Amino acid sequence: MSKNWPLWEIFVRSKNGLEHRHFGSLHAADAEMALANARDVYTRRMEGVSIWVVESKHITASNPENNGELFEPAQDKIYRHPTFYELPDDVKHM
Amino acid sequence: MEKDVKNPRSERSRSLEEIFEARIARDEKIEPKDWMPEKYRKTHIRQMSQHAHSEIIGMLPEGNWITRAPSLRRKAALLAKVQDEAGHGLYLYSACETLGISRDELYEQLHSGKAKYSSIFNYPTVTWADMGAIGWLVDGAAIINQVPLCNTSFGPYARAMVRVCKEESFHQRQGYEIMLKLCNGTPEQKEMAQDALNRWWWPSLMMLGPTDDKSVHTEQSMKWKLKRKTNDELRQQFIDQTVPQADILGLTIPDPDLKRNEETGHYDFGEIDWEEFWQVVKGHGPCNKKRMKARVDAWENGAWVRDAAMAYAEKQEKKNLKKAI
Repeated sequence: MSKNWPLWEIFVRSKNGLEHRHFGSLHAADAEMALANARDVYTRRMEGVSIWVVESKHITASNPENNGELFEPAQDKIYRHPTFYELPDDVKHM
Repeated sequence: MEKDVKNPRSERSRSLEEIFEARIARDEKIEPKDWMPEKYRKTHIRQMSQHAHSEIIGMLPEGNWITRAPSLRRKAALLAKVQDEAGHGLYLYSACETLGISRDELYEQLHSGKAKYSSIFNYPTVTWADMGAIGWLVDGAAIINQVPLCNTSFGPYARAMVRVCKEESFHQRQGYEIMLKLCNGTPEQKEMAQDALNRWWWPSLMMLGPTDDKSVHTEQSMKWKLKRKTNDELRQQFIDQTVPQADILGLTIPDPDLKRNEETGHYDFGEIDWEEFWQVVKGHGPCNKKRMKARVDAWENGAWVRDAAMAYAEKQEKKNLKKAI
Protein backbone atom coordinates (compact mmCIF):
# COMPACT_ATOMS: atom_id res chain seq x y z
CA MET A 1 0.00 0.00 0.00
CA SER A 2 2.64 2.49 0.99
CA LYS A 3 4.72 3.92 -1.82
CA ASN A 4 8.49 4.14 -1.66
CA TRP A 5 10.14 7.52 -1.76
CA PRO A 6 11.77 8.08 -5.14
CA LEU A 7 15.53 8.20 -5.64
CA TRP A 8 17.34 11.52 -6.23
CA GLU A 9 20.83 12.21 -7.55
CA ILE A 10 22.76 14.83 -5.60
CA PHE A 11 25.20 17.32 -7.12
CA VAL A 12 27.27 19.63 -4.93
CA ARG A 13 29.35 22.70 -5.79
CA SER A 14 32.18 22.56 -3.28
CA LYS A 15 33.05 26.24 -3.70
CA ASN A 16 32.26 29.10 -6.04
CA GLY A 17 34.27 28.85 -9.21
CA LEU A 18 33.94 25.07 -9.38
CA GLU A 19 31.25 23.05 -11.12
CA HIS A 20 28.64 20.95 -9.35
CA ARG A 21 29.87 17.39 -9.02
CA HIS A 22 27.91 14.17 -8.50
CA PHE A 23 28.13 13.21 -4.81
CA GLY A 24 25.73 10.28 -4.57
CA SER A 25 22.03 9.66 -4.23
CA LEU A 26 19.29 9.46 -1.61
CA HIS A 27 15.57 8.90 -1.20
CA ALA A 28 13.09 11.71 -0.55
CA ALA A 29 9.39 12.34 -1.05
CA ASP A 30 9.91 15.55 -3.03
CA ALA A 31 12.57 17.97 -4.23
CA GLU A 32 12.45 20.12 -1.13
CA MET A 33 13.01 17.13 1.13
CA ALA A 34 15.76 15.88 -1.19
CA LEU A 35 17.56 19.19 -0.70
CA ALA A 36 17.16 19.04 3.08
CA ASN A 37 18.37 15.44 3.22
CA ALA A 38 21.28 16.17 0.87
CA ARG A 39 22.43 18.89 3.22
CA ASP A 40 22.51 16.43 6.14
CA VAL A 41 23.91 13.45 4.23
CA TYR A 42 26.50 15.09 1.98
CA THR A 43 27.54 18.42 3.51
CA ARG A 44 28.09 17.84 7.23
CA ARG A 45 31.64 19.22 7.00
CA MET A 46 31.35 22.29 4.80
CA GLU A 47 31.71 20.24 1.61
CA GLY A 48 29.48 22.55 -0.37
CA VAL A 49 28.03 25.97 -1.09
CA SER A 50 25.31 24.87 -3.48
CA ILE A 51 23.26 21.71 -4.03
CA TRP A 52 21.32 20.44 -7.05
CA VAL A 53 18.89 17.55 -6.76
CA VAL A 54 17.55 15.69 -9.78
CA GLU A 55 15.13 12.80 -9.61
CA SER A 56 17.12 9.81 -10.86
CA LYS A 57 14.46 8.76 -13.38
CA HIS A 58 15.06 11.98 -15.33
CA ILE A 59 18.67 11.08 -16.11
CA THR A 60 19.30 9.32 -19.40
CA ALA A 61 22.63 7.54 -19.43
CA SER A 62 24.64 6.12 -22.30
CA ASN A 63 25.07 2.37 -22.35
CA PRO A 64 28.65 1.13 -21.82
CA GLU A 65 27.93 -1.56 -24.42
CA ASN A 66 27.83 1.22 -27.02
CA ASN A 67 31.09 2.74 -25.88
CA GLY A 68 32.83 1.57 -29.03
CA GLU A 69 30.62 3.41 -31.50
CA LEU A 70 30.22 6.40 -29.17
CA PHE A 71 33.76 7.11 -28.16
CA GLU A 72 36.18 5.27 -30.40
CA PRO A 73 35.72 7.51 -33.47
CA ALA A 74 37.54 10.25 -31.53
CA GLN A 75 40.66 8.09 -31.29
CA ASP A 76 41.73 8.48 -34.94
CA LYS A 77 41.12 12.21 -35.10
CA ILE A 78 44.46 13.25 -33.79
CA TYR A 79 44.30 16.37 -35.99
CA ARG A 80 42.04 17.81 -33.29
CA HIS A 81 45.08 18.11 -31.05
CA PRO A 82 47.70 20.86 -31.39
CA THR A 83 50.64 18.44 -31.40
CA PHE A 84 49.46 17.05 -34.76
CA TYR A 85 50.78 20.14 -36.53
CA GLU A 86 54.50 20.36 -37.16
CA LEU A 87 56.00 23.82 -36.97
CA PRO A 88 59.62 24.97 -36.97
CA ASP A 89 61.12 25.54 -33.49
CA ASP A 90 61.66 29.21 -34.35
CA VAL A 91 57.96 29.89 -34.15
CA LYS A 92 57.26 31.09 -30.62
CA HIS A 93 54.08 31.52 -28.63
CA MET A 94 51.93 29.14 -30.63
CA MET B 1 31.06 -23.31 -39.28
CA GLU B 2 28.51 -23.48 -36.49
CA LYS B 3 29.31 -27.09 -35.77
CA ASP B 4 32.81 -26.20 -34.65
CA VAL B 5 31.55 -24.12 -31.77
CA LYS B 6 30.00 -26.54 -29.33
CA ASN B 7 28.50 -24.06 -26.92
CA PRO B 8 28.70 -20.56 -28.32
CA ARG B 9 26.93 -18.96 -25.38
CA SER B 10 29.38 -20.23 -22.75
CA GLU B 11 32.32 -19.43 -25.04
CA ARG B 12 31.12 -15.86 -25.26
CA SER B 13 30.47 -15.46 -21.55
CA ARG B 14 33.84 -16.90 -20.69
CA SER B 15 35.56 -14.35 -22.82
CA LEU B 16 33.45 -11.57 -21.28
CA GLU B 17 34.50 -12.79 -17.88
CA GLU B 18 38.13 -12.90 -18.93
CA ILE B 19 37.92 -9.34 -20.21
CA PHE B 20 36.30 -8.34 -16.93
CA GLU B 21 38.94 -10.00 -14.75
CA ALA B 22 41.67 -8.42 -16.85
CA ARG B 23 40.15 -4.97 -16.31
CA ILE B 24 40.25 -5.45 -12.55
CA ALA B 25 43.80 -6.80 -12.72
CA ARG B 26 44.77 -3.57 -14.54
CA ASP B 27 43.24 -1.59 -11.65
CA GLU B 28 40.39 -0.30 -13.82
CA LYS B 29 37.20 0.52 -11.94
CA ILE B 30 33.92 -1.21 -12.64
CA GLU B 31 30.89 1.08 -12.86
CA PRO B 32 27.27 0.02 -12.29
CA LYS B 33 26.18 -0.26 -15.92
CA ASP B 34 29.26 -2.20 -17.03
CA TRP B 35 28.94 -5.89 -17.72
CA MET B 36 29.84 -7.93 -14.65
CA PRO B 37 29.60 -11.59 -13.65
CA GLU B 38 26.48 -12.32 -11.62
CA LYS B 39 28.68 -13.53 -8.78
CA TYR B 40 30.48 -10.18 -8.66
CA ARG B 41 27.15 -8.37 -8.44
CA LYS B 42 25.80 -10.69 -5.71
CA THR B 43 29.00 -10.60 -3.66
CA HIS B 44 29.01 -6.82 -3.77
CA ILE B 45 25.37 -6.53 -2.80
CA ARG B 46 26.07 -8.87 0.10
CA GLN B 47 29.16 -7.09 1.38
CA MET B 48 27.99 -3.51 0.78
CA SER B 49 24.57 -4.09 2.34
CA GLN B 50 26.14 -5.87 5.31
CA HIS B 51 28.39 -2.86 5.68
CA ALA B 52 25.44 -0.44 5.45
CA HIS B 53 23.40 -2.46 7.95
CA SER B 54 26.35 -2.40 10.36
CA GLU B 55 26.44 1.40 10.22
CA ILE B 56 22.70 1.60 10.90
CA ILE B 57 22.62 -0.96 13.72
CA GLY B 58 25.91 0.50 14.99
CA MET B 59 24.06 3.68 15.96
CA LEU B 60 22.05 1.82 18.60
CA PRO B 61 24.71 0.92 21.21
CA GLU B 62 26.02 4.50 21.18
CA GLY B 63 22.63 6.14 20.93
CA ASN B 64 22.09 4.60 24.34
CA TRP B 65 24.48 7.16 25.90
CA ILE B 66 23.68 10.39 24.04
CA THR B 67 21.24 11.65 26.64
CA ARG B 68 23.60 10.71 29.47
CA ALA B 69 26.89 12.03 28.11
CA PRO B 70 28.87 13.61 30.97
CA SER B 71 29.29 17.04 29.35
CA LEU B 72 27.96 19.13 26.50
CA ARG B 73 31.27 18.70 24.64
CA ARG B 74 31.01 14.91 24.85
CA LYS B 75 27.35 14.98 23.93
CA ALA B 76 27.87 17.11 20.81
CA ALA B 77 30.73 14.84 19.70
CA LEU B 78 28.81 11.62 20.28
CA LEU B 79 25.77 13.01 18.51
CA ALA B 80 27.93 13.99 15.53
CA LYS B 81 29.52 10.54 15.47
CA VAL B 82 26.17 8.77 15.48
CA GLN B 83 24.92 11.12 12.78
CA ASP B 84 27.99 10.24 10.68
CA GLU B 85 27.11 6.57 11.07
CA ALA B 86 23.62 7.25 9.70
CA GLY B 87 25.30 9.11 6.82
CA HIS B 88 27.72 6.24 6.18
CA GLY B 89 24.82 3.81 6.10
CA LEU B 90 23.10 6.02 3.53
CA TYR B 91 26.19 6.37 1.29
CA LEU B 92 26.54 2.61 1.31
CA TYR B 93 22.87 1.84 0.70
CA SER B 94 22.79 4.15 -2.30
CA ALA B 95 26.03 2.67 -3.66
CA CYS B 96 24.45 -0.76 -3.23
CA GLU B 97 21.29 0.30 -5.05
CA THR B 98 23.32 1.04 -8.19
CA LEU B 99 23.55 -2.74 -8.57
CA GLY B 100 19.81 -2.96 -9.13
CA ILE B 101 18.48 -3.86 -5.70
CA SER B 102 15.94 -1.52 -4.08
CA ARG B 103 16.27 0.11 -0.68
CA ASP B 104 13.12 -1.71 0.41
CA GLU B 105 14.60 -5.08 -0.47
CA LEU B 106 17.75 -4.20 1.47
CA TYR B 107 15.74 -3.22 4.56
CA GLU B 108 13.61 -6.32 4.20
CA GLN B 109 16.77 -8.48 4.23
CA LEU B 110 17.97 -6.78 7.39
CA HIS B 111 14.64 -6.95 9.18
CA SER B 112 14.01 -10.59 8.30
CA GLY B 113 17.48 -11.58 9.49
CA LYS B 114 18.50 -12.72 6.00
CA ALA B 115 21.27 -10.14 5.87
CA LYS B 116 23.88 -9.87 8.60
CA TYR B 117 25.51 -6.91 10.30
CA SER B 118 28.71 -6.75 12.29
CA SER B 119 28.37 -8.93 15.39
CA ILE B 120 30.12 -6.41 17.61
CA PHE B 121 26.93 -4.37 17.87
CA ASN B 122 25.21 -7.22 19.69
CA TYR B 123 27.17 -6.42 22.84
CA PRO B 124 25.67 -4.05 25.43
CA THR B 125 27.04 -0.61 26.35
CA VAL B 126 26.78 -0.64 30.12
CA THR B 127 28.97 2.30 31.17
CA TRP B 128 30.12 5.62 29.72
CA ALA B 129 33.59 4.10 29.27
CA ASP B 130 32.07 1.88 26.58
CA MET B 131 31.75 4.99 24.41
CA GLY B 132 35.50 5.40 24.74
CA ALA B 133 36.26 1.74 24.08
CA ILE B 134 33.96 1.60 21.05
CA GLY B 135 35.52 4.65 19.43
CA TRP B 136 39.05 3.50 20.19
CA LEU B 137 38.75 -0.23 19.46
CA VAL B 138 35.66 -0.83 17.33
CA ASP B 139 36.22 2.18 15.08
CA GLY B 140 39.94 1.41 15.11
CA ALA B 141 39.29 -2.10 13.80
CA ALA B 142 36.73 -0.74 11.33
CA ILE B 143 39.26 1.73 9.91
CA ILE B 144 41.79 -1.06 9.37
CA ASN B 145 39.11 -2.98 7.51
CA GLN B 146 37.89 0.00 5.51
CA VAL B 147 40.99 1.86 4.35
CA PRO B 148 41.91 -0.80 1.76
CA LEU B 149 38.33 -0.60 0.43
CA CYS B 150 38.97 2.93 -0.86
CA ASN B 151 40.81 1.16 -3.72
CA THR B 152 38.31 -1.59 -4.32
CA SER B 153 37.28 -2.36 -7.90
CA PHE B 154 33.62 -1.30 -7.76
CA GLY B 155 33.52 2.48 -8.33
CA PRO B 156 30.50 3.45 -6.20
CA TYR B 157 31.79 1.40 -3.24
CA ALA B 158 35.29 2.86 -3.49
CA ARG B 159 33.91 6.42 -3.65
CA ALA B 160 31.63 5.86 -0.66
CA MET B 161 34.54 4.43 1.30
CA VAL B 162 36.75 7.43 0.62
CA ARG B 163 34.11 9.61 2.29
CA VAL B 164 33.58 7.16 5.13
CA CYS B 165 37.29 6.86 5.92
CA LYS B 166 37.80 10.61 5.91
CA GLU B 167 35.05 11.03 8.49
CA GLU B 168 35.91 8.01 10.57
CA SER B 169 39.23 9.25 11.91
CA PHE B 170 37.52 11.69 14.26
CA HIS B 171 35.47 8.79 15.63
CA GLN B 172 38.51 6.94 16.82
CA ARG B 173 40.20 10.00 18.26
CA GLN B 174 37.13 11.04 20.24
CA GLY B 175 36.94 7.51 21.69
CA TYR B 176 40.57 7.48 22.68
CA GLU B 177 40.21 10.90 24.26
CA ILE B 178 37.36 9.60 26.43
CA MET B 179 39.59 6.71 27.56
CA LEU B 180 42.48 9.08 28.24
CA LYS B 181 40.32 11.33 30.37
CA LEU B 182 39.00 8.40 32.41
CA CYS B 183 42.50 6.95 32.85
CA ASN B 184 43.76 10.25 34.19
CA GLY B 185 40.76 10.58 36.49
CA THR B 186 39.82 8.97 39.81
CA PRO B 187 40.70 5.31 40.53
CA GLU B 188 37.03 4.45 39.94
CA GLN B 189 37.11 6.11 36.53
CA LYS B 190 40.27 4.29 35.56
CA GLU B 191 38.73 1.04 36.70
CA MET B 192 35.74 1.77 34.51
CA ALA B 193 38.04 2.26 31.52
CA GLN B 194 39.85 -1.03 32.26
CA ASP B 195 36.53 -2.83 32.57
CA ALA B 196 35.41 -1.49 29.17
CA LEU B 197 38.69 -2.62 27.57
CA ASN B 198 38.25 -6.05 29.15
CA ARG B 199 34.83 -6.44 27.60
CA TRP B 200 35.53 -4.94 24.13
CA TRP B 201 39.00 -6.32 23.40
CA TRP B 202 38.11 -9.83 22.25
CA PRO B 203 34.96 -8.89 20.31
CA SER B 204 37.07 -6.23 18.52
CA LEU B 205 39.59 -8.88 17.45
CA MET B 206 36.71 -11.04 16.19
CA MET B 207 35.42 -8.09 14.17
CA LEU B 208 38.24 -8.59 11.70
CA GLY B 209 36.63 -11.87 10.70
CA PRO B 210 37.31 -15.60 10.99
CA THR B 211 40.88 -16.88 10.66
CA ASP B 212 42.16 -17.24 7.12
CA ASP B 213 41.74 -21.03 7.05
CA LYS B 214 38.05 -20.60 7.96
CA SER B 215 37.27 -17.61 5.77
CA VAL B 216 35.27 -18.76 2.74
CA HIS B 217 35.29 -15.61 0.64
CA THR B 218 38.88 -14.43 1.00
CA GLU B 219 40.38 -15.77 -2.23
CA GLN B 220 37.68 -14.42 -4.53
CA SER B 221 37.53 -11.13 -2.64
CA MET B 222 41.28 -10.63 -2.98
CA LYS B 223 40.96 -11.09 -6.75
CA TRP B 224 38.23 -8.46 -6.96
CA LYS B 225 40.14 -6.15 -4.62
CA LEU B 226 37.29 -6.27 -2.13
CA LYS B 227 40.09 -7.34 0.15
CA ARG B 228 43.75 -6.41 0.01
CA LYS B 229 44.91 -8.17 3.14
CA THR B 230 43.65 -11.33 4.81
CA ASN B 231 41.71 -11.31 8.08
CA ASP B 232 44.72 -12.58 10.01
CA GLU B 233 46.99 -9.90 8.56
CA LEU B 234 44.47 -7.19 9.43
CA ARG B 235 44.08 -8.57 12.96
CA GLN B 236 47.84 -8.56 13.50
CA GLN B 237 48.02 -4.97 12.24
CA PHE B 238 45.25 -3.96 14.64
CA ILE B 239 46.93 -5.61 17.63
CA ASP B 240 50.34 -4.18 16.79
CA GLN B 241 49.02 -0.65 16.62
CA THR B 242 46.65 -0.89 19.59
CA VAL B 243 48.91 -2.38 22.27
CA PRO B 244 51.18 0.69 22.49
CA GLN B 245 48.05 2.87 22.70
CA ALA B 246 46.88 0.83 25.71
CA ASP B 247 50.30 1.35 27.27
CA ILE B 248 49.91 5.11 26.99
CA LEU B 249 46.57 4.83 28.77
CA GLY B 250 48.16 2.66 31.45
CA LEU B 251 45.62 -0.08 30.80
CA THR B 252 46.22 -3.82 30.58
CA ILE B 253 45.06 -5.79 27.54
CA PRO B 254 43.08 -8.76 28.90
CA ASP B 255 45.27 -11.42 27.29
CA PRO B 256 47.91 -13.16 29.44
CA ASP B 257 49.53 -14.59 26.30
CA LEU B 258 50.07 -11.20 24.68
CA LYS B 259 53.79 -10.67 24.20
CA ARG B 260 56.02 -8.85 21.79
CA ASN B 261 57.87 -11.29 19.59
CA GLU B 262 61.34 -9.82 19.09
CA GLU B 263 61.97 -12.06 16.10
CA THR B 264 58.91 -11.09 14.05
CA GLY B 265 58.48 -7.60 15.49
CA HIS B 266 54.78 -8.41 16.02
CA TYR B 267 52.75 -9.19 19.10
CA ASP B 268 51.89 -12.84 19.73
CA PHE B 269 48.43 -13.21 21.22
CA GLY B 270 46.20 -15.78 22.86
CA GLU B 271 43.48 -18.00 21.48
CA ILE B 272 40.30 -16.23 20.33
CA ASP B 273 37.06 -17.83 21.49
CA TRP B 274 35.53 -18.48 18.06
CA GLU B 275 32.69 -20.43 19.62
CA GLU B 276 31.49 -17.14 21.14
CA PHE B 277 31.85 -15.42 17.76
CA TRP B 278 29.70 -17.98 15.94
CA GLN B 279 27.10 -17.95 18.70
CA VAL B 280 26.71 -14.18 18.34
CA VAL B 281 26.62 -14.44 14.52
CA LYS B 282 23.87 -17.03 14.81
CA GLY B 283 21.77 -14.65 16.89
CA HIS B 284 22.63 -15.72 20.44
CA GLY B 285 24.63 -12.65 21.47
CA PRO B 286 23.57 -10.57 24.48
CA CYS B 287 21.64 -7.97 22.42
CA ASN B 288 20.75 -9.50 19.02
CA LYS B 289 17.02 -9.49 19.71
CA LYS B 290 17.04 -6.05 21.30
CA ARG B 291 18.91 -4.50 18.33
CA MET B 292 16.59 -6.03 15.75
CA LYS B 293 13.52 -5.02 17.70
CA ALA B 294 14.71 -1.42 18.01
CA ARG B 295 15.41 -1.31 14.27
CA VAL B 296 12.13 -2.93 13.17
CA ASP B 297 10.11 -0.78 15.58
CA ALA B 298 11.73 2.38 14.26
CA TRP B 299 10.92 1.34 10.69
CA GLU B 300 7.34 0.34 11.42
CA ASN B 301 6.53 3.26 13.69
CA GLY B 302 7.88 5.62 11.06
CA ALA B 303 5.68 4.21 8.31
CA TRP B 304 2.94 6.80 8.76
CA VAL B 305 5.47 9.62 8.47
CA ARG B 306 6.84 8.24 5.21
CA ASP B 307 3.31 7.75 3.86
CA ALA B 308 2.24 11.25 4.89
CA ALA B 309 5.29 12.82 3.24
CA MET B 310 4.59 10.92 0.03
CA ALA B 311 0.89 11.85 0.07
CA TYR B 312 1.82 15.51 0.59
CA ALA B 313 4.32 15.41 -2.26
CA GLU B 314 1.74 13.89 -4.60
CA LYS B 315 -0.86 16.45 -3.61
CA GLN B 316 1.55 19.32 -4.27
CA GLU B 317 2.42 17.89 -7.65
CA LYS B 318 -1.24 17.63 -8.65
CA LYS B 319 -1.80 21.21 -7.53
CA ASN B 320 1.11 22.43 -9.63
CA LEU B 321 -0.15 20.45 -12.61
CA LYS B 322 -3.59 22.07 -12.33
CA LYS B 323 -2.02 25.52 -12.16
CA ALA B 324 -0.06 24.78 -15.33
CA ILE B 325 -3.25 23.81 -17.19
